[in-house]
Amino acid sequence: MMTDSEMMQVNEQVSNGENITGAEALLRCLIEEGVDTIFGYPGGAIMPVYDKLLDYQDKIKHILTRHEQGAAHAAQAYAMVTGKPGVCFATSGPGATNLVTGIANAYLDSVPVVFITAQVVSTLIGSDAFQETDILGISMPVVKWNAQVKKPQELPETIAKAFYIATTGRPGPVLIDITKDAQIEKLNFKYRKCNYLRSYNPHIPLHRREIESAAIMINHAEKPLILAGHGILISGAEKELLQFAEKTGIPVAMTLLGLSAFPSGHRLCAGFLGMHGNYAANTLTNEADLIIAIGMRFDDRVTGNLKKYAKNARIIHIEIDEAEINKNVIVDIEINNDAKEVLTELIPLVEKKSYEYWIREFRIRDKVEYDKVIKPETRPEAGKIKMGEVIRMVSDLTKGDAIIVTDVGQNQMAVARYYEFTAPGSLVTSGGMGTMGFGLPAAVGAKIGRSDKQVVAFIGDGGFQMTIQELGTILHYKVPVKLIILNNSFLGMVRQWQDMFFEKRYASTEMVNPDFVTIASGYSIPARSVSERKDLADSLTEMLKAEGPYLLEIKIDKEANVLPMVEPGASVSEVTLTYKS
Amino acid sequence: MKQEYTISLFTEDHIGILSQITIILTRRQINIESITASESAVKGVQMLTLVVRTTAEMVQKVARQMQKLVDVLKVFVHTSDEIIYQEIALFKVKTKGLMSGNIIDHIVRTHYARILEVSPEYMVIEKTGHKTEINNLLHELEPCGLLQFVRSGRIAITKQVKELNAYLEEMDEAHQYKPDKIEAFN
Repeated sequence: MMTDSEMMQVNEQVSNGENITGAEALLRCLIEEGVDTIFGYPGGAIMPVYDKLLDYQDKIKHILTRHEQGAAHAAQAYAMVTGKPGVCFATSGPGATNLVTGIANAYLDSVPVVFITAQVVSTLIGSDAFQETDILGISMPVVKWNAQVKKPQELPETIAKAFYIATTGRPGPVLIDITKDAQIEKLNFKYRKCNYLRSYNPHIPLHRREIESAAIMINHAEKPLILAGHGILISGAEKELLQFAEKTGIPVAMTLLGLSAFPSGHRLCAGFLGMHGNYAANTLTNEADLIIAIGMRFDDRVTGNLKKYAKNARIIHIEIDEAEINKNVIVDIEINNDAKEVLTELIPLVEKKSYEYWIREFRIRDKVEYDKVIKPETRPEAGKIKMGEVIRMVSDLTKGDAIIVTDVGQNQMAVARYYEFTAPGSLVTSGGMGTMGFGLPAAVGAKIGRSDKQVVAFIGDGGFQMTIQELGTILHYKVPVKLIILNNSFLGMVRQWQDMFFEKRYASTEMVNPDFVTIASGYSIPARSVSERKDLADSLTEMLKAEGPYLLEIKIDKEANVLPMVEPGASVSEVTLTYKS
Repeated sequence: MKQEYTISLFTEDHIGILSQITIILTRRQINIESITASESAVKGVQMLTLVVRTTAEMVQKVARQMQKLVDVLKVFVHTSDEIIYQEIALFKVKTKGLMSGNIIDHIVRTHYARILEVSPEYMVIEKTGHKTEINNLLHELEPCGLLQFVRSGRIAITKQVKELNAYLEEMDEAHQYKPDKIEAFN
């Protein structure tokens, strides 16, 4: 650890162009980019960097996760809740390959994470050296950009490019692979942030003609619907979306990653889209005469059968990534730009309107969904505990203001359906990739990023055991996250599909589980298990009031299905509301 | 309906760019009929010419995904009638097989081929042209004792008036654009 005067000396040396090692230069670059937290795991090739971390520990906090995949997910969640890029370290070989699921997850969900992997000494590259792997080649399809640094003097420019690329345009993960010799050798350190690359320009000029055409189409629509995606949150356009919707009177439905972009209780909120989305939002997509899709990519889980999707509607697509336009759905007007910039331009051009008859259609369907699905799920009178009632209770207790982390599967869909989000950016979930095991490490990353917020994770008993080792990270850093294990002793979503589409043949989905309370106690995490409805409110309150971390296992109905469902291959207007197995 | 498209890409000289581009095609199970890499008229800019057979819709999708790559400067998609293109082929043929009649004279005159080397055992013939023209010559030489045959990938020049430099200048201008001084660009 350096004293202040030593640190000042170092600073002075640097400004005078004093030589420092590549390892130290890397940390200096990160500090220049405003990084103060790194998630990672050391190993042979990255040891020079870790050695230098000790000297900089008052500026950069390193969180040692229990597996590199955990570090990757934690860094992603950190980025999602802070709006700053996440940073993740791993060593060469298995360290790097263990990141791949996390990198792919960040790529599909457009989250800026700078992955730094170490590589064997440059003279050994290509020789199948110990812990050598071609991580550039392996990660290539799932990064926005990657590069290798073999000479220390290339390091500052490469890191600057990495941050610029990760955080601008449609954000995404980047990976920089640094050879061990480049970490050890010295360079003359100078850092300049990158703000321009000839081949990559995230600032697209606004095309006013398309925006004007869109405004005309919007002003003439009779049954318009807004589909809001993650792009709203990334762009920080929640206020503009609200203003746009309120002025035009157009209802807003959200994709999974778009949830929390529009307030849940708002009269224009049409809820959640897609396979387990709200009845009105899905079915009325096929009734709408105009769809305004903003910052979303018409994922197959949103559209259902493409051949029967939104056939009565003209489509305006506002999207920053040109490659997403006309990819799945052919649109009428494409506006290839940032959501906030476009909405700001569009708002003055649209007329103030209201669509009472059209909104009524939503309310009618909402009532149907409430009676058939929501009421029995959130207010059951008898039987085993339901996922929906747990989530709605947490929603009420936290007033919709907590950061909610989910794993993947039934727990995730139930959260999307029943938590009433009020704060933008308060959902951390794995969307495109659907990575089981995301929840626990993501909860750690989210809490470290936003220690001021209550962070509650909903995780199934299956996904929990995929990254269960991260309980060690919670113990080590005393991360006060609240973990709710929704335990049905099944891989619930797969079981649901077996129930509905595989004649109830439960192949490898029933789980023999450990005693989660005992496991938590091994990590000194207070824990409780409940299986009775009468204990639910009391245990949740106890959990939320706990100062430190807390694990609450809730034994829920073993064979419950998440409904409604747009079955695979079905159109969004063919929604299964009830299912009797 | 599938047809032949020539994709011309101008890229930065970044290691791995070729892999990134081919990954986009292999994911969609699009076979690359030919590929050529070379320098371009602009210093430091690489040019790749790919020929693929696919649908108009698909070629647009993959072209947009290629354009999205950080190190790709500009992607152009053309049908064969929108470009001037050539391929080059070399043939190694047994000299004995060509000595009867006036085969050599015929090849040189009607196919506009060139003879690059003559030895008692073999001759090397060069032919530049479109794929069909090269194939025609190939069929004629096959019975004469063909020892080796190789054909290059397509190289193509576009007929469009606007050149890469103009696009590069536009990119520089767009970079200077700030949201607070919006102008109508189209």
